[in-house]
Amino acid sequence: MNLISREMRGPWTLFKKELLRFWRVSFQTVAAPVMTALLYLLVFSHVLEGRVQVHGVNYTSFLIPGLIMMSVLQNAFANSSSSLIQSKVMGNLVFVLLTPISYLEFFLAFLAAAIARGLVVGVGIYLVVILFIDLPIIHPLMVLAFTILGSALLGAFGIIAGMWADKFDQMAAFQNFIIMPLSFLSGVFYSIHSLPPFWQEVSHLNPFFYIIDGFRYGFFGVSDMSPAVSLSIVALSFFAIAWLALHMLKSGYKLRG
Amino acid sequence: MIPAIKIEQVQKHYGNLQALRGIDLAIEQGEFFALLGPNGAGKSTLINLLAGLIRPTSGRLSVMGFDVQTQYRQARHTLGVVPQELVFDPFFNVREMLRFQAGYFGLGPENDAWVDEIIECLGLADKAHTNMRKLSGGMKRRALIAQALVHKPPVIVLDEPTAGVDVELRQMMWEFIKRLNREGHTIILTTHYLEEAETLCSRVAMMKQGQIIALDSTANLLKKIPGKNLRLKLSAALPETLRPLLRHEEGNEYMLALTEVAQVERVLSQIREANIVVEDMQLIEADLEDVFVDLVGQP
Repeated sequence: MNLISREMRGPWTLFKKELLRFWRVSFQTVAAPVMTALLYLLVFSHVLEGRVQVHGVNYTSFLIPGLIMMSVLQNAFANSSSSLIQSKVMGNLVFVLLTPISYLEFFLAFLAAAIARGLVVGVGIYLVVILFIDLPIIHPLMVLAFTILGSALLGAFGIIAGMWADKFDQMAAFQNFIIMPLSFLSGVFYSIHSLPPFWQEVSHLNPFFYIIDGFRYGFFGVSDMSPAVSLSIVALSFFAIAWLALHMLKSGYKLRG
Repeated sequence: MIPAIKIEQVQKHYGNLQALRGIDLAIEQGEFFALLGPNGAGKSTLINLLAGLIRPTSGRLSVMGFDVQTQYRQARHTLGVVPQELVFDPFFNVREMLRFQAGYFGLGPENDAWVDEIIECLGLADKAHTNMRKLSGGMKRRALIAQALVHKPPVIVLDEPTAGVDVELRQMMWEFIKRLNREGHTIILTTHYLEEAETLCSRVAMMKQGQIIALDSTANLLKKIPGKNLRLKLSAALPETLRPLLRHEEGNEYMLALTEVAQVERVLSQIREANIVVEDMQLIEADLEDVFVDLVGQP
């Protein structure tokens, strides 16, 4: 790969290794989330189709972008966090720590791989869904921007979780008590306007809500919030989490004693 | 010439635990150097500091003149570390893993020939496409050594490389490492096998409780202690008059330290006078283990 300069080869290799790591087990890391999303879609659309309309969109169509984004976010998080915790527990993280790769390069490589996994899962679900349901995209750039920023946010969050957790059960706690509630209570299955005012306010504190709302805007051109506001909030959230992750990596938190 | 390794006033504390209490050490280029010491002496801490895996509480460390903190990129390019634990990445095979490792150091396809050469030299050729998970312990150890060499580092550190390795592999590994040393690589190893340090290493540092308690050439260290050991198996306890010579004892077997062969006659006559029978006797050259036992207080 001559396009990559010698200086960039270190982080580039780490990125390639992280890509290959999830691709080698793509049945688990890509096919499984696609299957799960389809099952959600099958059950919820059958139960609620025809009874509910949101923003003038039928329920099944409304549901799909939310389900895609939920899978994108969960998989971006899983990619960086599981790679880190696994290589910490197995001890093979040492092979990266012994190299000249800087903390910033380490961050970028893990982040890029997390975004890649988010994109692959998202595109996978979309391609399977459009076999059955007509789902045009009105603003493709918005869809792309929210996918990349959302998976970057969760990829960075996964790096923090992977550094913090010492054991797999701590990681599972992180996933079940933070990531799952945030993604389920973000308007995947409903518009927050259908919630009581208190829960609407609570939803506004959840960055996942803005990611899904903005992503949905890309498909239908309608949303609960202005897409510019959502994009700004997601970008700010990403910068805050990325700053924290970089700060932890620089200090060597739980990686370099 | 710039020393391969320079360690100045290095301390490492973990809370109240003082893992290293002010280490000063310089290792010249081309040396074959051994770090000896019991578990918990601080050998691995020192190696982890050199590798940048942990940070010193105070003091400076450099590899080939590059500070391991401020010039970490250059320092890590010049250092190859073989970790003590058999760690591996379960997702990849031997060749992939070595190519990735080379890539982390900025090396691309132009380095593949060297990767293949290491695979060949370490007897990994027929395992090159085997997943790391499926390798035996000995093969994993070879792969670890290969991994430390992918970027052709001038300084190679091996942390207990022969722990749990069978005799045949140990011999093969040492031949390979001796070759690297002949070709100009500086070799630093920690080991529990003192005879390895004695036969391979030109200089030795002995560590105890975070300090270097002896640092000299292997030959000089051996000179410092009495030259012979007399191993005796007696019918009764060793006479009190011979106790000052005792190095260690086990049941009715005693190891006495002698400065010269002529002492044997005196020892035997005292045993006879005490009406004790010598059931077995052996005169042995003192080795590094004796220096070690004398200094550290335990084997």
